[in-house]
Amino acid sequence: MKHVAALLCGVLFAAGLMVSGMTDPARVVGFLDVQAWDPTLMFVMGGALLVTTPTFFFAKRQTQPVLDAAFRVPVKTEVDRRLVAGAALFGAGWGLSGLCPGPALVSVATARLELVAFALTMVVCLFAVRTADVRRVLRSLESKATRVDGDTHEAALREATVGDE
Amino acid sequence: MASGTQRALMRTMVSPIFSLASLYGLLGGLLIGLSAALLWLLNGRIAGISGITAGLVAAPLQEVSWRSAFLTGLLLAAVVGALTQPQVFGAGVPPSLPRMLAAGALVGLGTALGGGCTSGHGVCGLGRFSVRSLVATLTFIGFGMLTVATLRALSGAAS
Repeated sequence: MKHVAALLCGVLFAAGLMVSGMTDPARVVGFLDVQAWDPTLMFVMGGALLVTTPTFFFAKRQTQPVLDAAFRVPVKTEVDRRLVAGAALFGAGWGLSGLCPGPALVSVATARLELVAFALTMVVCLFAVRTADVRRVLRSLESKATRVDGDTHEAALREATVGDE
Repeated sequence: MASGTQRALMRTMVSPIFSLASLYGLLGGLLIGLSAALLWLLNGRIAGISGITAGLVAAPLQEVSWRSAFLTGLLLAAVVGALTQPQVFGAGVPPSLPRMLAAGALVGLGTALGGGCTSGHGVCGLGRFSVRSLVATLTFIGFGMLTVATLRALSGAAS
């Protein structure tokens, strides 16, 4: 059931991106262009927040989600250099292309070389950073632990992803 | 009472804000919000595309499986969209391949280091009143605007 729900959410997400106009890079670049500003992205974010904000608020009363054991809340609260530097790099790539990760993956369906190449490069970089993060935490856990097993790996994965939204 | 000129002026000021594109934007935004709300209420997960994708590696099977299901749904809908409504991907010609490769690398590295993208920080994080997400969102919008302004200045200087 969990997987059916996830699949449905993926369908809804892509439908929302395509309906909203966010799969057109020109619209996104228009939002980022202060000299010829296109407000569409503001309405997209506003519309989404109109639903997510009350949902997150009222879900606090629930002890667990309907189909799983626990809510996975991003636990990190500290604003660090890594967060700001990452967001700055992402912003630069976003401005260069008009594509953020959602529309980039959806655009693969056009089978256009430039768009597929963008998505592939993006995914390879996401995987590379995640792999390096988990390895680094795993090494430091292994140097402390007396016994290394699957739990150590899971702990490393948890620790490597504390700042993940 | 507003004169004809005043009304014309108001129309030009108001119409770019309340255009048909804004309405579709709002509607699409509500769908994205619904997706994020359902993923939270049903599965207890944040609908951040970069986070969902990054979690496919170095992860146990039960993590990989739901993420694959989400991304399969995303791509299925995308294929249906590309076949039936190809205009949603825009009429513009994509930037050159080298520029797209550089941009793809920046987006991948940036969202991995920053722990989220427009959906994770912008739609879910802001909805949870996360300070990290607010800082990230303002930063990537700011740097996006800076990049577009730089490109505009460079192309202006070139012509």
